[in-house]
Amino acid sequence: MKALEVEGLKKSFGGFAALKGVDLCVNEGELFGLIGPNGSGKTTFFNCVTGILKCSDGKVLFKGKEITNKGPDAIYKMGIGRTFQLIEMFPGMTVMENMLVAIQESQGSMLNRLFRIREEGNEKRALELLDFLRISQLKDELVRNLSYGQQKLLDFAMVLMSKPDLILLDEPTSGVEIEMRHEIMRLIKELNGQGNTIVVIEHNMDVVMNLCGRIVVLDSGEKIAEGAPGEIQNNPKVIDAYFGVEE
Amino acid sequence: MLGLLLLPVVIFKSQYLLYLSSLTCVYMIVACGLNIILGYAGQISLAQAGFLGIGAYVCALLGPTFSFWVALPLAGVICFVIGLGLGFPSLRVKTHFLAMVTIGFTVIVYLILTNEQKWTGGPFGIFNIARPKIGPLSFTSPAGYHIIVALVTFIILLLAFWALNSQWGRAFKAIRENEGRAEMLGVNLRNYKLMAFAIGSGFAGIGGALIAPLFGYIDPTMFALGFSFQCLLMVVVGGIGRFEGPLLGAMIVALLPELLRVTEKFFPIIFALAAVLIMVFLPKGSVSLIDWVYKELTGKEEPQLTK
Repeated sequence: MKALEVEGLKKSFGGFAALKGVDLCVNEGELFGLIGPNGSGKTTFFNCVTGILKCSDGKVLFKGKEITNKGPDAIYKMGIGRTFQLIEMFPGMTVMENMLVAIQESQGSMLNRLFRIREEGNEKRALELLDFLRISQLKDELVRNLSYGQQKLLDFAMVLMSKPDLILLDEPTSGVEIEMRHEIMRLIKELNGQGNTIVVIEHNMDVVMNLCGRIVVLDSGEKIAEGAPGEIQNNPKVIDAYFGVEE
Repeated sequence: MLGLLLLPVVIFKSQYLLYLSSLTCVYMIVACGLNIILGYAGQISLAQAGFLGIGAYVCALLGPTFSFWVALPLAGVICFVIGLGLGFPSLRVKTHFLAMVTIGFTVIVYLILTNEQKWTGGPFGIFNIARPKIGPLSFTSPAGYHIIVALVTFIILLLAFWALNSQWGRAFKAIRENEGRAEMLGVNLRNYKLMAFAIGSGFAGIGGALIAPLFGYIDPTMFALGFSFQCLLMVVVGGIGRFEGPLLGAMIVALLPELLRVTEKFFPIIFALAAVLIMVFLPKGSVSLIDWVYKELTGKEEPQLTK
């Protein structure tokens, strides 16, 4: 079964084509890597899949259902969660509140949410996740007082709150200390082992090569290579894209 | 809380002080409603005067035929529904542009109240708006009417407190803090913004329905744009985004002008200066002064009322 199918995805901003017809397919249970030089369209790709940006052309299917150009809230509720390269939090709310926002809209109806004030189940789960990422001592702290790395970890915890079927991670290890980086890698592997489908954008080659079973390389909005880490590492096109053509 | 609202009935004998107490209560309802829109959901609205006007006229026009007890909730419901309608532009436009749309609404309401003389009495207004009675019980005296105002205020504030402590309150705050991310976490921006707008407008409608019998006389100028800015002042001076903040702000805006009456012609200058000083030195509103005193006395942070 395919978790995510993307056919001929195009996105242009004015005259600039950020994605020039990308085809991509992620199988269920896969740990999939998306790499490429800066500005190659990786994050734009995530934004199109999660509905933040409207696709100019092409189709996006999630578990066989078309989700092209659906609203971001609807796509989230269908089960696609993501983290962010840059910090996208609710700075004036506490860590715990941030965690709880991530789950509440996926449960029950709007009216339900007006009446259900107790949510110990959610709070318990949030605490477990925060504990796991070793930031549970910050649960009552306002997010704006957290360091970049801590917010990065919180972002990671938030994506796990709603138990999404497909997790998109946009540079999960950037700005995080080395030990925590290994911890996050271990966590990603563990999640994948539990059957979660994960797509990772990452600049750190160690991380990608260690982690992913299959990798797609983007360059200037085009897919230039696809395959196992070993194949990608030796692909001349990829080496060109990253280091320029050898004279 | 209810006791506090009813206290004036016991301690004040003068009509004037009781009138001021009732007025403060009404302001509290309106400010609390605007706080939901502005402080929690992060949307600007300068339509509060318009909704207050609609509420007041609904009460004044329907009160005699039906009864105050029908007109009061009806004013709230009508403003809730109109608020839903006005909420739709708030989905399309933001910040300054939304402010312009809501200013437009207040002006339109003002023009309708002024020009539809057949219904509204036009610029002459409506006189002799009766205060309610239940059988032999009459609430027409200042003290009697204050009991009603205080009770309604108590119920409304309780409802607001409860709603803001539910998951709605959290969704409102998430929209205020980071609209884009909220949407990406499944928050339906349209529904929540509409609800915030409608609830805030409904509160203003209730406030209007209470104010008509309180004054006994209404005319369109009371509900001109100026009052919208006064509502904004209550929320900002009190403490935006804090439940208790705008209640304090309502007290300040209602009572400070009366205290400053002795200064006569210097009043506008002093009042404006006071408002500016509060905003400069207490940017989180005058409620932060209470926080500070509490912290100095107990050494602890004051717990936030709404989570």
